Amino acid sequence: MNFSISLTVNGVRREVGLDDPRVTLLDLLRERLHLTGTKKGCDRGQCGACTVLVDGRRINACLALALSQDGAEVLTIEGVARGDQLHPVQAAFIAHDGFQCGFCTPGQIMSAIGLIGEGQAGGDPERVREGMSGNLCRCGAYAGITEAVIEAQEKLAAPARRRSA
Amino acid sequence: MNLFDYVRPASVAEAIAAASEPGAAYLAAGTNLLDLMKGGMSRPMRLVDLSRLPGLDRIDHLPDGSVRIGALVRNADLAHDAAFARSYPAIAEALLSGASPQLRNAATVGGNLLQRTRCAYFYDVASACNKRQPGAGCDARGGENRLHAVLGWSEACIATHPSDFCVPLVALDAVVEIEGSSGRREMALEALHRLPGDTPHRESALAPGDLIVALRLPSEARAFAPHARYLKLRERTSYAFALVSAAAAFHIEDGAIGAARLALGGVAAKPWRARAAEAVLAGARPGDEVFRRAAEAALADARPSGDNAFKIELARRVVRRALALAAAGTPARVPALPASPFSSAPGAIHGV
Amino acid sequence: MASEIRLVPSSGHVRHGSNIGQPLTRRDGILKVTGAARYAADNSPAGLLYAVLAVSSIARGRVTFLDVPAAKRHPSVVEVMTPAHKPPLAQDPDAKTNPFMFRLDLLQSDQVRYAHQPIAVVIAETLEAATEGAALLAPHYETLPARVGLDDGESFVPPAVGVGSPAVEAHGRVEPALARASRRIEATYETPAQYHNPMEPHAIVAVWEGDTLSIDTPSQGLIMARDRIAGLFGIAPAKIHIRSPFLGGGFGSKGLISGPQILGIMAARLVGRPVKLVLRREQMYGPVGHRAPTRQTLRLGLDGAGKLTAIDHHVKTASSSFDDFFEPAAGVSHTLYASPAIATSYDAVRLDTGTPLFMRAPGEAPGSIALESAIDEAAAACGMDPLAFRLKNYTETEPMSGKPFSSKALRECYAQGAERFGWSRRPRAPRQMRDERGFLVGWGLGTATFPALMFEAEARAVLRSDGSGAMEIGAHDMGQGAWTALAQIAADGLGLELERVEFRSGTSDLPDGGIAGGSAHTATAGMAIHNAGAAVIAKLAALAMGDERSPLFGAGNAGVVARGGRLFRRDDEERSESYADILVRAGLGEIDARGKGATDPAAQSAYAMHAHGAVFAEVKIDPDLCQMRVTRVVGAFAAGRIINPQLVRSQLLGGMVWGVSFALQEQAVIDARSGRTLNANLAEYHVPVNADVPSLEALTVEEHDPHVNALGIKGVGEIGITGSAAAVANAVWHATGIRVRRFPIRIEDLMIAD
Repeated sequence: MNFSISLTVNGVRREVGLDDPRVTLLDLLRERLHLTGTKKGCDRGQCGACTVLVDGRRINACLALALSQDGAEVLTIEGVARGDQLHPVQAAFIAHDGFQCGFCTPGQIMSAIGLIGEGQAGGDPERVREGMSGNLCRCGAYAGITEAVIEAQEKLAAPARRRSA
Repeated sequence: MNLFDYVRPASVAEAIAAASEPGAAYLAAGTNLLDLMKGGMSRPMRLVDLSRLPGLDRIDHLPDGSVRIGALVRNADLAHDAAFARSYPAIAEALLSGASPQLRNAATVGGNLLQRTRCAYFYDVASACNKRQPGAGCDARGGENRLHAVLGWSEACIATHPSDFCVPLVALDAVVEIEGSSGRREMALEALHRLPGDTPHRESALAPGDLIVALRLPSEARAFAPHARYLKLRERTSYAFALVSAAAAFHIEDGAIGAARLALGGVAAKPWRARAAEAVLAGARPGDEVFRRAAEAALADARPSGDNAFKIELARRVVRRALALAAAGTPARVPALPASPFSSAPGAIHGV
Repeated sequence: MASEIRLVPSSGHVRHGSNIGQPLTRRDGILKVTGAARYAADNSPAGLLYAVLAVSSIARGRVTFLDVPAAKRHPSVVEVMTPAHKPPLAQDPDAKTNPFMFRLDLLQSDQVRYAHQPIAVVIAETLEAATEGAALLAPHYETLPARVGLDDGESFVPPAVGVGSPAVEAHGRVEPALARASRRIEATYETPAQYHNPMEPHAIVAVWEGDTLSIDTPSQGLIMARDRIAGLFGIAPAKIHIRSPFLGGGFGSKGLISGPQILGIMAARLVGRPVKLVLRREQMYGPVGHRAPTRQTLRLGLDGAGKLTAIDHHVKTASSSFDDFFEPAAGVSHTLYASPAIATSYDAVRLDTGTPLFMRAPGEAPGSIALESAIDEAAAACGMDPLAFRLKNYTETEPMSGKPFSSKALRECYAQGAERFGWSRRPRAPRQMRDERGFLVGWGLGTATFPALMFEAEARAVLRSDGSGAMEIGAHDMGQGAWTALAQIAADGLGLELERVEFRSGTSDLPDGGIAGGSAHTATAGMAIHNAGAAVIAKLAALAMGDERSPLFGAGNAGVVARGGRLFRRDDEERSESYADILVRAGLGEIDARGKGATDPAAQSAYAMHAHGAVFAEVKIDPDLCQMRVTRVVGAFAAGRIINPQLVRSQLLGGMVWGVSFALQEQAVIDARSGRTLNANLAEYHVPVNADVPSLEALTVEEHDPHVNALGIKGVGEIGITGSAAAVANAVWHATGIRVRRFPIRIEDLMIAD
């Protein structure tokens, strides 16, 4: 069976042929499109390392069938920075040492971008911690992650506040 | 994961036709089904992808005060729908206490209703499991079963239903709308899930090809909004299945309980409506003594299915606390740690 | 070995480093936050095939049938590697010629020794096909009863514990001391099997070209891995090239190359094409090591004033049926408290599990939760504050060996941690504190300790005529920050700004960086780098001082100082010359030198060397529902010289998070009948989520250690978990009055009758 889907990945529209219906969005990104920034930690929706944004929402790419994503807009860690300019979340993760081994980091960052976009947590540390609890970090970098998300959230909210003022 | 046919129907009718063949399964987000397929617990021959079906992703607040939720509405969207969360705060809290933000962003309302048990022996395909293979036996009996059912279990199966969402739904008399080969029908959610008996593989009242298209909450359910909570115990602060949970809701009129609703999660193969406890509460003044009697009533039929006698006493305590929290009043906003005991307001804890 | 490798003595060319001690952000940070850091499984060479393990679902017996034809019929499946069909090995995977060589399961027979043992490998054009092919093998077994509990099977005294430590040790006479003690504490503590669960599952991409082997795989010990592969395949180590620039966590599980990684190499050889093999998460529970369960009995004797008169620490633990690793859990009792009599002993059983291995703070993690719980029980029995009790039994010499400590700032750790935490406000009796909402509040203390070890490493330093430098070492960054901290040491060693140093690391063709384990990597690799830097600067200085055209000519006895890419005459800093000028004038494009890092046996025999710390934890517990949350942890640690405070803080906090989950979460749940781990996943094997650790703080206490090594580094990778686990457990007791001695502590353990 051959299938063809159309995806916009990091702003680039691509037609993707699939010879197998079983391919998940995660394996499509990693093994077929060679966007390996998105990581596979458990493949079962239990760790969050594969978090990407699909149509602006953070999801686990490991539990999303690629075929079902036909027509979707996918944002992965590779599409977050603008050239050499890091996204505020990325910069804050470095500044607050919000990672050690770095393996969960792309998922953490995509999750943080999703969280900030959802607008439910704001700068409340407890809501940020809860909102980031779908991303395991075995190195235990949670303190830095929380600090980074709060700082980035403030930075991203500042221009919006200026506009509305 | 086995190879399968993949079909993407354009209408509900096409979907039902495509799913009526043996071995077919509906695919919504896939957050449960793909997990089951990766583990070999489920090996469907055909996936009928519902994700593009039009019209099933709406939340309609109807003129009669009821709400109709399309089966493809995402869990997160429902929980964050301001009007819904205002009317049904315990449901929003339950939704937000389940899984992780990523999973809630994907998982659908219809899919959540039909999620399978997390029984480790169901998941361990080398173990005997009557759900996976009727007649094979149940290795959870005599195994590691401290998390298993204490209500409604049978010799054939002691698994529990993992959903948080379903617990306040059954408490509030949710109704599911089903389309099938013989047309549309509706059913109380409480009747959708079955207890195991001798046929634990038959988990729901759905027939092959039946498709849940919507979930409805009756207008009366809104009246509970001022006193409605969901409480969930778990073994880490977030991103964990319930050890025991409870949804509790009241009408309070002139200082007395007009009507009470109570359901438990994590204790049985289905979300467990505790009507006997509701009867104890009706007409009483809220307080520890009546909550205690309600908890006794809710667990009156409970018995351990293994090393889980503690769950019975724990469930009583969860019921008492959930009732106390509901009596104290619904918070203005779902707490930072939804459904967690650590979100309790001052004074809500016994023995202070 | 160690005696042959003496530390290169420091020359007279003292440099005043400005990089060491700086809280630099990670040099690999941008790569990691943009997804550009390339981990092993991110590689996809042309012609790649995917290999997936089929693993055993029984714990003991043998495989009697594999449906190879069914797997091969599956579209895109290329090959099935089985015991009957596999490339030959040059060495028996069950051979063991040194204690660091662990037996591997490489399809050498149909025998099954543990659940999740690899029994076949399916190789396919796609990952999806290989995965399904492995399922289609549908093995049949001849099954023997599984032995998976500490009471399954005959106990014996292990020949050694950890790596070569005696199983029975004593100083003084414990039994008479216990008999005479005015108070005795006896308690038994149980810790479960735990799994490392690095976020990155073990992975390998292997490419053979003739008898040359190119590998991407995460490794905490590149050269040991290379040599193990060389032995197994009968090829020269020089023919093997391993790249491991980033590990997605290791925690000990990637210290030695594992069976599945070797199977990936075998698969590539079998099919003659590049192969990628990545473990599925559930397959991480078997062939890549774990922390063995322990049952530890502590017997403490006390005099009337609350001084310890005897410590007897007995450990029951387990190894696999086919290899030896015995969790050295009693080691903490050798060093932490003064006592005239100390005895430690072990017995063990052999279980049908994978071989347990080093897991973050092996020995100290389970040992310290037991000892520190018992110490807490003793303090309570004596009616003493737990901190006062520990200070009363403080020791200035290591009690078991009698050696003085090379340095020990534990008193300062206690003081600073207690101050920061507010310990003085702690009521002595349990179940006294409630917060404003009515939650029980408990405060607990645990002492942290971990040996300051060193292994062996070598580095090569280069100075170039363009004024830049390079440092080469096959070191490993598993998250601790080697790319940054070691580069800081390199920059100081070379007397260059960090930006002028090319730091090359993470591959097996570089000088042996030693093993990233035992909290010893920064010390060992750092010393190799330091000494290589000193050696190349000495060469450069010799060039300059011997050249009459140099302003440094004749500086000889006065010596020179290297800083900022220049050599300065020590007694007259007006006289200096740049590295570039010295080399250009000498007509040299570059000069190089090597340096080694290793234990100093003389210092080792004279001193006990340990890092220390004090961890203070607050837990809140619902008085009815008994749900627990660790609301605050403050750790104060003394670990010698801190190379990079930011990275050190992160490592310590990470260890403290492990301590929290040791006490409250982590446990492999094993079915006693099948021997299978039922929670071999990340949903039900609980590791902490962000919301589990709302407030963590790590303080570092200044400590100068002139003996551990010239840089004064002790290491911080593991100490954070020690002390923390017990601090949480002791806080649970303080909150509730209930002493739980089986870990993790569960809700039902705290439910008291109404």
